[in-house]
Amino acid sequence: MLEIQDLSAWYGRAQILNGVSMRVGQNEVVALMGRNGAGKSTTMKSVMGLLRQTGGAVRYDGRDILGRASHAICRQGLGYVPEDRRIFGELTVEENLEVGRRPPRPDAPEWGLDHLYALFPNLRERRRNLGKQLSGGEQQMLTIARTLMGNPRLILLDEPSEGIAPVIVEQMARVIAELKREGLSVLISEQNLHFARLVSDRTYIIEKGQIRFEGRFDDLDANPDISRTYLAV
Amino acid sequence: MGFYFAQLLTGLANASSLFLIASGLSIIFGVTRIVNFAHGSFYMLGAYLAYTLVTLWSGSVLGFWGGVVLAALVVGLIGLVVELTILRRIYHAPELFQLVATFGVVLIVQDAALAIWGAEDLLGPRAPGLDRAVRILGEPIPEYDLALIAIGPAVLAGIWLLFHKTRWGVLVRAATQDREMVGALGINQAWLFSAAFVLGSALAGLGGALQIPREAVSLQMDLSIIGEAFVVVVIGGMGSVSGAFVAAVLISVLNSFAILIFPQISIVLPFIVMAIVLIFRPYGILGKPGSEAGAPEAPEAPLTLMSPKAMMVMCAGLMALALSPLFTAEFTSVLLVDVMVATLFAVSLHFMMGIGGMVSFGHAAYFGVGAYAAALAVKFLGFGMLPAMAFGPLCAALAALFFGWFSVRLSGVYLAMLTLAAAQILWGVTFQWQDFTGGDDGILGVWPPGWASSDRVYFYIAFVLCVGGIWVMRRIAYSPFGYVLRGVRDSQTRAEAIGVDTRFHQWMGFVIAGAFAGLAGVVFAFSKGSVFPDSLGIALSIDGLIMVLLGGIHALAGPILGASAFVLIEDWVTRLDYWRFIFGTIILVVVLVAPDGIAGGIQRLWRIIKRGAA
Amino acid sequence: MSTVLQVRGLSKSFGGIRAVRDVNFDLAEGEFLALIGPNGAGKTTCFNMLNGYLPPDEGTVSLGGQSLIGKPPRDIWRMGVGRTFQITSTFMSMTVVENVQMALISHHRRVFDLFSRATRLYVDEAMALLDLVSMRDQAGRACSELAYGDLKRLELAIALAHEPALLLMDEPTAGMAPSERVALMALTAEIVARGGVSVVFTEHDMDVVFAHAHRILVLNRGEIIAEGSGSDIRANPLVQEVYLGGGAVFETEASDA
Repeated sequence: MLEIQDLSAWYGRAQILNGVSMRVGQNEVVALMGRNGAGKSTTMKSVMGLLRQTGGAVRYDGRDILGRASHAICRQGLGYVPEDRRIFGELTVEENLEVGRRPPRPDAPEWGLDHLYALFPNLRERRRNLGKQLSGGEQQMLTIARTLMGNPRLILLDEPSEGIAPVIVEQMARVIAELKREGLSVLISEQNLHFARLVSDRTYIIEKGQIRFEGRFDDLDANPDISRTYLAV
Repeated sequence: MGFYFAQLLTGLANASSLFLIASGLSIIFGVTRIVNFAHGSFYMLGAYLAYTLVTLWSGSVLGFWGGVVLAALVVGLIGLVVELTILRRIYHAPELFQLVATFGVVLIVQDAALAIWGAEDLLGPRAPGLDRAVRILGEPIPEYDLALIAIGPAVLAGIWLLFHKTRWGVLVRAATQDREMVGALGINQAWLFSAAFVLGSALAGLGGALQIPREAVSLQMDLSIIGEAFVVVVIGGMGSVSGAFVAAVLISVLNSFAILIFPQISIVLPFIVMAIVLIFRPYGILGKPGSEAGAPEAPEAPLTLMSPKAMMVMCAGLMALALSPLFTAEFTSVLLVDVMVATLFAVSLHFMMGIGGMVSFGHAAYFGVGAYAAALAVKFLGFGMLPAMAFGPLCAALAALFFGWFSVRLSGVYLAMLTLAAAQILWGVTFQWQDFTGGDDGILGVWPPGWASSDRVYFYIAFVLCVGGIWVMRRIAYSPFGYVLRGVRDSQTRAEAIGVDTRFHQWMGFVIAGAFAGLAGVVFAFSKGSVFPDSLGIALSIDGLIMVLLGGIHALAGPILGASAFVLIEDWVTRLDYWRFIFGTIILVVVLVAPDGIAGGIQRLWRIIKRGAA
Repeated sequence: MSTVLQVRGLSKSFGGIRAVRDVNFDLAEGEFLALIGPNGAGKTTCFNMLNGYLPPDEGTVSLGGQSLIGKPPRDIWRMGVGRTFQITSTFMSMTVVENVQMALISHHRRVFDLFSRATRLYVDEAMALLDLVSMRDQAGRACSELAYGDLKRLELAIALAHEPALLLMDEPTAGMAPSERVALMALTAEIVARGGVSVVFTEHDMDVVFAHAHRILVLNRGEIIAEGSGSDIRANPLVQEVYLGGGAVFETEASDA
């Protein structure tokens, strides 16, 4: 469904990605793991068209999307949840969701407000509150709900467990399971091995802008050296 | 009683037109983060177009209002063209480049209007059906004023509904907070920006069009309104339309009463109000923290010492400059003094902006204070040239000490606006205090004494002072003080966390920059033999910005290249007809072709050549 | 062991909401204390009152017997409190070593020196501090090019430049990979073990907390709801309910994956 081939990316003169290749299949949850600065977020931003200096190829449903504007990529059915949440603090919860709303797509599950409020009950209670009044965990929920309003087929979740309490992380794991049940494909970037193992089918490990491992968690367990080198658990 | 009520109504009518232009400016800033200097030009175009249309369809009520609305729409279209051809290409450029680009538009529009409508002031027709006065509490109130009083709140309500009750409005408000995220959610920001720009421009056009029954249409409308519109936006809070309304009412009503007591105050009153408001509410009445920030910028590279090769080039250049009077004509020496003065001025502005991170829209204030202080010392205190040359920078430093104290309490665009306010206050005082400063006539007869009166001797005096001043500023840039100043710019939090009194440090940086601008001012005053209020004006402040940006803000050599280029181009261009048009075009070309300035452009060109050779 | 920091009755409200109420604790010399709790529990507010960014409504904070209340952050720094930030905060337009030199220049009160060359001052001391965090080999690199983990280490070197008695670290390992988290906190623990400095840190990574903290305070809704060693906290049912959850997402025996 999503195929990344030999992706390179630069920030100014610093090359961050150096030939990343990976793919995400239909209704699959894939974890992209690696330490900070390894290139996880950069990979996601490149796919989403948020970086200007990129090279290689990104295909989504067979169509080339690298180099296209991010709004055009989103309209193809890719949803992006950034690591720092980036909710609109001066807009209400409901207005935040409105910004994300896009027409339904024939090939993707449709998420209305009611469906989302069922998935994130807190948001319903706080729908008239401003985004900035929410707690960190609620903001994390809102940013996912906002992306789902675009009825994506594939969703990119950048570090969903970062900086939030373990109880909320557990809730996040349940949400990701629900997304998979609904038929979505998910690419998450993660540093927390426990969490990644809990929610995803397969994993890639990235280090210095290159993929160093690809496989199931069983394979990872069979190669303790790899997790020790790149993740050090 | 009736008289005061009438004053109040006049104030409210003024508030409406001020609000229209300020709301547009605020919307444009909120969405695109561009400080749009050309907004005053849109206002002026609105007035001119309405004049033409309303005169054409004269007499009928429909003709008047139709002409006004059509003028606003045409201005909106012009805004669209400006956005598509210029601004869209530079949204990622440093914010000051955007400011300078819009100033280029100001110059072009000025000459275009001159070519189309001529230099004469035009008196527009009155609004049919609203051309009489009604008596309220015994005082005659123009009906048209009452209509304006109604139009302001009606437009405010319309904008509020648009922003809060339509999807488009929600998207615009989201984009003011995080443009990139809005794009990632599937919204084509480019069109959102264009639409916001069109709306803002049309509002400015409407503001101008509605003015034609009240004031003559003239070529001065653009810059005379833009200062006040900035002030209103800042007082209200950047990006806040309701804030702009409150601020417009506050200023206009205060003004309509203040002129009863002190008629000269109207030039400086808005700026005084702004200074007071910002001290108590640093983000304006309804502004939010963070609303002052412009487009984010990439961090600059660490400073390095000059390479031996560069050092040699520089020494050779200085030698050539020092020897130039021996083998060039006298007028070249005079021109080179202008270049050196401009360079020192630009370096001092760069010290404040590039190193200190404090953007100043009013740096000319300290240049002018230096020049005036020296001239007044000569005129009233009988100072000789050299003591006056010491006295000028001292006074400039004192002025910077005073205004800097207020300015460093703010940051970003708000700080820039407060510096503009300071400069406008000083300009207003100088302009109106005839007995002391000579007002518009300036101060004449500020010549060097006999021994220094030849152009060559004066060249060397200027050489020593300007090159020496630039050397000292560079030295400070590399000193602990300069490094810490850059540190405060990079991260105020971190600087505070290593024990730096960041505000005090910035304040001192402000004072140093002011003192050296003052030095440039005194050299200027004695080279021209006179000073005029221009030397404190907005135009000179913007010239300084253009010089710094032409050169490139992230290079210490930038202001030197920029100032030289600026003076030489200006010297050539101002001899031509429609020089503003040409100059504006040059500015736009530079901004679009080399958004990193001359220094950056040369570096890029150099890399391309090297790559080609390799 | 003597008490370095004493906090008594610390409270703060924002618009009627009590963000922190009646927080009391002592910090002994050489102690490594963790402050944990859900988002919005008041950790950052607490922190900001310790380092002078927020004035408390009530309560006292004293460092070695001197009150910190009402002092601006820079004075608190001069009294011997170093800090690192949740979002790293360094001078991006300078090199690594220049960043440390800035802290030393300020420590030696030379920020108003107008004529020395800043880059020639305190080079050896700065290098020694970089050695401490194993960053010497990157001394000449631009700070803006550093990897995130290295920025964190640089911040630590900056925070140690004036030999502080107390180090405040706000989510020091946020955004780091597990390996880097362990390395950074092991480094910090080593520095603490050498003596002379005590540490208070907030953290969401329970692996880091349980591995290094000598003592843990748990905040919820602005109040301390538990205090003790790692095993005490892990076994505390209230803490499990409001914060730790089932433990599936950090290193425990209870992982159900």
